[in-house]
Amino acid sequence: MNRKSGANLRYVAHKRRVREDARFVAGKGNFVQDVALPRTKHAAVLPSPYPRARILSIDTAAAEALDGVHMVLSGAQMAVDCNPIRLGLKLPDVKWYPLAVDMTRYAGEWVAIVVADDAYIAEDALELIDVDYEPLAAVVDPERAFAETDLLVHPGHGSNVLYHGHFLWGDVDGDFAAADDSLTFRARWGRSSTVPIETFGALARWDEGTEILDIWASIQMPNFVELLAATLGYPLNNIRLHQDVDVGGSYGVKRGIKQSVLVGYLSRKLRRPVRLIEDRLVNMAGGDAHGPDRIFDTDVAFTNDGMITSLKIRALDDAGAYPGRAPFQLAKPISAIVGPYTINSVKYEAISVATNKTGQVPVRGFGQAPTNYMIETAVDAVARHLGLDRLEVRRRNLIPADAFPYEIPSGSKYDSGDYHRVLQKGLDLAGYDELLARRDKARAEGRLAGIGIATCLEPGGGNNIFEYLMDPTAEITTFMEACEVKVDPQGGITGIMGTTTSGQGHETLFATILGEELEFDPDLIRIVHADSLSALPTRSPVASRMAIMLGGAATGAASRIKGRAMAIAAFNLDLPVEDLEYAGGTICDRNDPGRKLTWAEICFIAYRAYHKLPPGMEPGFHAQYVYQVPGGGQLPDARNRVRIYPCFSFQAHIPYVEIDPGTGRVSVLDYAFAHDCGTVINPDIVRGMVIGGLAHGIGAALYEKFAYDGEGQFLSATFADYLMPSVHEIPDVRDVEHCTPSPLTSHGQKGSGEGGYLGAPAAIASAVNDALHPLGRSILELPMRMSKIEALINDGPE
Amino acid sequence: MSRREIALTINGTAYTAALEPRLSLLDFLRDEAGLTGTHVGCEHGICGACSILFDGVPIRSCLMLAVQAGGHAVTTVEGLCNEDGSPGALQAAFQDAHGMQCGYCTPGMLISAQALLAENSDPSLDEIKEAIGGNLCRCTGYVQIIESIQLAASRLRGAGQ
Repeated sequence: MNRKSGANLRYVAHKRRVREDARFVAGKGNFVQDVALPRTKHAAVLPSPYPRARILSIDTAAAEALDGVHMVLSGAQMAVDCNPIRLGLKLPDVKWYPLAVDMTRYAGEWVAIVVADDAYIAEDALELIDVDYEPLAAVVDPERAFAETDLLVHPGHGSNVLYHGHFLWGDVDGDFAAADDSLTFRARWGRSSTVPIETFGALARWDEGTEILDIWASIQMPNFVELLAATLGYPLNNIRLHQDVDVGGSYGVKRGIKQSVLVGYLSRKLRRPVRLIEDRLVNMAGGDAHGPDRIFDTDVAFTNDGMITSLKIRALDDAGAYPGRAPFQLAKPISAIVGPYTINSVKYEAISVATNKTGQVPVRGFGQAPTNYMIETAVDAVARHLGLDRLEVRRRNLIPADAFPYEIPSGSKYDSGDYHRVLQKGLDLAGYDELLARRDKARAEGRLAGIGIATCLEPGGGNNIFEYLMDPTAEITTFMEACEVKVDPQGGITGIMGTTTSGQGHETLFATILGEELEFDPDLIRIVHADSLSALPTRSPVASRMAIMLGGAATGAASRIKGRAMAIAAFNLDLPVEDLEYAGGTICDRNDPGRKLTWAEICFIAYRAYHKLPPGMEPGFHAQYVYQVPGGGQLPDARNRVRIYPCFSFQAHIPYVEIDPGTGRVSVLDYAFAHDCGTVINPDIVRGMVIGGLAHGIGAALYEKFAYDGEGQFLSATFADYLMPSVHEIPDVRDVEHCTPSPLTSHGQKGSGEGGYLGAPAAIASAVNDALHPLGRSILELPMRMSKIEALINDGPE
Repeated sequence: MSRREIALTINGTAYTAALEPRLSLLDFLRDEAGLTGTHVGCEHGICGACSILFDGVPIRSCLMLAVQAGGHAVTTVEGLCNEDGSPGALQAAFQDAHGMQCGYCTPGMLISAQALLAENSDPSLDEIKEAIGGNLCRCTGYVQIIESIQLAASRLRGAGQ
C-alpha cells in the first residue's frame, strides 16, 4: 500500500533540482573514459569486413613487432582460455566468444585485439594484421533464415531457429468464429536501437596483491558480473565492478560483456590496466548496438461496432548472429499483449532466428515498443475497415476505470489506470477539434496532412519470469533491488545503492524518498554507488523499475532506520513506542512534547552509549532492505498465465504531421502527449524521460535503421548513415501528466524510464497513414523513410 | 614520431606542449591537459559532444589536430564555471531546467549555447534550434535543453537591465 500520497508529500512530486546535474554541467562527471589509472594500456579491435567468412589464417607478426605494441590476440587463444559467453536461452551449440573463432558471422565481428601504449599505436597495429578470409554466402533475410536448412549461421545448432514458441490464452478459435469480421495485416519494425552518445567502454585492472579483477565499465545490465565471471572462469567474488561510473546513456543496450571479458583477460595477462573504448564505427557495427528487427503477421477479430475480441499474432524476430538475451524481448510483451484494451483472447507465436547480422541486444522497453506498434496498427486497421473513427474505436475498447485491477488473458493484473481520462486530457491538450480542422484545411489546400493517435502501456517493475515462459528450467521468480542506509555519528544520512546510473537520476530518486520518509532535506543526504563486492543484490536499472524497486527498498530501509530510532527513544524516555512522535529526526512524547530525544542524541547513543541502547540491540545505526517485485513472484500456471510486471503506466499520443508530396519528407508539426505513471517522484526527471523517449520513438518511426545490403554487408556505421533526430526533427512537444497511483508501490509510483518510446512510433505511423489515407495508401513498415514514402505517393505500392 | 611545440590558451591559462602532429585536439584536451569535460562521441564531426570554443567560435575538437590550435584560445566546458568553480549562469540554468539526463552531450550543448548567448541574449526558438542543431542528445528530446537556454537568456537579459 502507498505510505503517503498527494498533499502530505514534502519532497516527492515537487519540482527540485536533479543532483546529478551539478557535476555534469561542470564537466565533472566520472565516465569510464575519465577514469585514469597509472600504466594503463589501450586496446583496439579489428572488425571482419565480411558478413560470413572462414578465417583461414591470421598473421599478427608485423603488428606485434610495432614499437609500443604489447599484445595481439585472436579468437583461437581466447577460446582456449575462456568459456563461451552465456546466452539467455540454453543453446549449447551457439557458441559466442569475444573474438571470432575460425569463422566470422557478421560484418563488423571482432577478429583480433591489439594492446598498445596508446590508442593511436593500437590502431596502427590493426592495419598490420593480415587475415586470410574465405568469404561465404550469408544468411540475411529472416524469413529465409527461418526456413533455411542448409545455410546456417551456427551449423552445430542444426537450424537458424533460436526460439519458436506457441502461446494460447483464451478461446481464440471461438472468438474468431463468433466475431462479425476479421482482418489480417503484416507490420514490420525495423532494425534500430538506442545509440547512446557515449559508446561502450571498459577498463580492467588485475590486482595481483588481492587477486581481484577491478572493472570500470559503462554498464547497464543485470547479472553482468555473473556473466563476466562465468566467461573468465573466475569465482564471482574475484571480480569487483565499480558502479560509481557515470554511464553516458544506455536505454538498455550497454551490456558490454565481450568487451569486459577482453580487457579483464588482457589486464591479467599483461599485469597492467587495459582499457577498450569503442570508437563509433566499431560500436555501430560490432558493439552492443542493434535492437529488435521484427515482422508481425496479425489477425484481428472484431464486431461490427468495432469491439476487438481476439488477436492471433505471429512475431518473427531477427536476433542477428549471437542472441544474448534477445529472444526474451519476444516474451516481455506477454505482460501487456492486449495493450490497454479489453481484448478477450490471444494466440501468440514467437520466433527468434539467427542471421549474419550484428547481435541484437535489449532496447528500451524490451520488445514492448514493437508490440505496441503492432497493437495500435491493429486498432487503426479495424477502424479503417469499418469506416469508424479511430478515436471512437479506442474509446470502445479501452479498459474502463472501474475495472481495475484488471486481469488480461495472459495473466497480468493491470494495477490501476484511468485510460479514458488520460486520453481526454491528451485530446484537450492537442485541441483535437481544431487539429481536425487544421488537417482538413491543409488537405483542402492540397497538402498531405495527418493526425496520429496511439494509446499505449508501459509495463514497469520487471521480473524475469518471462525466462521461464521460454525455458521451463529457468525457475526465476525474483528480480529484487536493495539498498542500505547508514546514519553516521554526526547524524548524516548516506544511502547506498548497488547499480550504475545512465541518466535516470537515481541518486535524486533515492535521496528524495529517504528525505520524504525520514523528514530530512534530500539535498543533505549523501548517495553512493557501492561496488559489486560491497553492494546488496541488484538487478540494475532495466525494465522501468527503479522508481518502483529502489523506491520500495529505500522506503523499507528508511522505515527500519526510523524504527530503530523509535526503539532507542522509547527505551530512554521510558515510554511505549505508540506514545512517541517522530518529526524530522527528533522524537518526543506525544502527550508531553517537551520530553524528547534529538537526532543527535539518538546517534550518540547508537554509536557511543551502549548502556542506553535497548537490551539486545546492536550498536551502530544502519539498515538494509531487499525489495521483492510487488505483486509477483509466482511461476506461470499450467496455461502459461503469469504476472510478470507489477505496474502499468499509460500514455496517449496525438501528433500532427504533414508530408511533402514531392520528397516524401514527414514534418511533425505538433505533438500532444498525456501520461500517467502514478505518483511522479521528480517531475523534471519524469518529463525528461518521457519526452526523450518520445523523440527516440520519432527516430525509430521515421529515420533510424541499421541497414544491410542483400549480401549482408552493413551500411550504417556512421551518424551520416544511421540518422538520429536532431533538434530540428523534434517538434515542440506539449505534455500533461495525470496521476492514478499504483496500489502496489511505496508512494503510488510506476515506471517511466521507457517513456514515450513505447508509444511514439505507433503514433507517428498512425499520423503518416492518416495523411496517406486520402490517396488510398498506407505504409506498415518502420522506419518510414522519406524515400519510401515518396515512392509510395508517386509510384504507388510496390 | 617527432613532436612539435605549441603554445595555446585554455580557459584563460597559458599552456605549452610538445605534441605528436597527429594528436587530435580532443585527445589533447582530455588526455594531456586533463580536461575530461569535453566528451568523445563519434569522432566524425556529427554528434557535437566534443564541441569547444575556438577563439570564441564553437567547433568540433575531434576534427582538429592539437598542433593547429597553437596560438589560439580554447574554452572548454570547465571554462564556463565561475572562477570559484561554481556553475556559471548558463550551467545553473541547465540545472534549474534539467536540460540533460546522462550528461554526456551536455558539455557540447553548453558550448553551443554559450556561443549563441554571447552574441544574442534574446534568441528566438529557431535561433536556439539553429545553435544546437549540430549537437545530438539521445536522452532529452531537446525540449528541456531549449527551456534551459531560454531560462539562461531571460536571466541574462534580467541581469543586463
